[in-house]
Amino acid sequence: MIAFAAMLRRDIALALRQPGDLLTLLLFFVLVGAVTPFAVGPDRTELARLAPGIVWIAALLASLLGLDRLFRADHEDGSLRGFRHAAIGLEAIVFAKLLAHWLTASLPLIVTVPVLALLLDMDAATLGRTELALLLGTPGLLALGAIGAALTVSLRRGGLIAPVLVLPLAVPLLIFGVGAISPGAVPGSDRAALLFLSGLSLAFSALAPFAAALALRLGAD
Amino acid sequence: MSADTVRPMSWFDKLAHPGQFMIWSRHLLAPLWGLTVLCFAVGLWLAFFHSPDDYQMGATVRIMYVHVPNAWLSQFVYAIMAVSAVGTLVWRHPMADVSMKAAAPLGAAFTAMALFSGSLWGRPTWGTFWEWDGRMTSTLILFFIYLGLIALWAAFDDKLRAAKVVAVLTLVGAINIPIIKFSVDWWNTLHQPASVFRPGGPTMPASILAPLFTMLFAFTFLFLVLHVIAMRTEVTARRIRTLQRRQAAAGTSA
Amino acid sequence: MPDLGPHAIFIIGAYIGVGLVTIGLVAVTLGRAAAARRRLALLEARRDRDAKA
Repeated sequence: MIAFAAMLRRDIALALRQPGDLLTLLLFFVLVGAVTPFAVGPDRTELARLAPGIVWIAALLASLLGLDRLFRADHEDGSLRGFRHAAIGLEAIVFAKLLAHWLTASLPLIVTVPVLALLLDMDAATLGRTELALLLGTPGLLALGAIGAALTVSLRRGGLIAPVLVLPLAVPLLIFGVGAISPGAVPGSDRAALLFLSGLSLAFSALAPFAAALALRLGAD
Repeated sequence: MSADTVRPMSWFDKLAHPGQFMIWSRHLLAPLWGLTVLCFAVGLWLAFFHSPDDYQMGATVRIMYVHVPNAWLSQFVYAIMAVSAVGTLVWRHPMADVSMKAAAPLGAAFTAMALFSGSLWGRPTWGTFWEWDGRMTSTLILFFIYLGLIALWAAFDDKLRAAKVVAVLTLVGAINIPIIKFSVDWWNTLHQPASVFRPGGPTMPASILAPLFTMLFAFTFLFLVLHVIAMRTEVTARRIRTLQRRQAAAGTSA
Repeated sequence: MPDLGPHAIFIIGAYIGVGLVTIGLVAVTLGRAAAARRRLALLEARRDRDAKA
């Protein structure tokens, strides 16, 4: 337990030591949302209708951007080799890193959503549902991302290929994430979507440390 | 080879050892080719000369005879890869990763053909070359997963390490595919409450089933023979690499 | 050739497309197998030659 907390604290401290990374990620998130109107037109009703999808795409892309940070530094300085023999097990370490990453990368994103809500003409109720959906869904996104990062950690240009591996697998989270915000043609589907989203996100978060740890062990020299 | 391992080879050894595989797989090629060609010949003849028009789709039901086998294979090949992945990680079977590697490009090709034929089927049926319906969308995502696997294989220099890592991704994908299918179907009902029609009506007459199943077998036999050939090529390639390394180490010019 | 209906071009296009990719797949698979066999034979011949020398 103490080791877990120590790992958590370490990764959070490392992330906070480079606030530039965090700000870049947030900037990227806002930029994706801000740039979309240039592609789809400034019509406010149209933007309001597309807003949940735009916010989710921006969140997805921003998560993919920050993936590399999870394991690469530890791989390069050799810490990963030490972690493999840690007392609490590599799985627990991966989970701690995932938690730290979520706190320092996804949580700030969720806090920044109101900026996009303003740009994309989202009403308050939709904003609230969006925040909840992202809160429940981003752990699942990061979990899948962690698997992708673990698979590619030993590759020189692994950061390029990891997003490609993760995107198809993230489609269900995207579908239920957006579905939880706007019901679409079927009333009441947003509640079902929220349940599916939470369940999926939880399941991914629980299983990813095992898959990622396995990938880290197998990919090591 | 030590002197005391002279016991006769068990069937597992025959299956596992690459050298043994090369010996017995040779005998599979001719029969498999024969079955493939036979099924294609009969299937194509049935498709063009013995198939009635579907009451809903008309003559375009014939496209189904090449679309459905490829769609089936796109999933069947992935199942083969998933079993091979388990063989690589859990049973440490020496031929498992060879099977996995050989299957991936084949599966991708069949998935691409499923998408292509499905698109051409959609144009006269629904009016567009692409429709975001449940099955085509799931097949598209499966195609991306195949490409991701192939990209991951290619990104590794050490191919033996690649095999284990790709096996993990294959299994992660295998677990996700039903989830993706479920979510895509759900997403589809959200935006299109209308139900998707099934070709041939509620029951398919035998005259449509005959060419359909024949072509299904034809493509499946084709996959099997190509898979065996590709596995043999991979075993040969590994032998080549070993020889190259030995000759380089011995100082011989390569 | 039976009447393929008004959408004959799609039926023919589908069969030709699938046919071409299938033939391509077979050609590539067989080609790589043959190339590997040739390469192996070359290396084995060189190994046997060096062993005799």
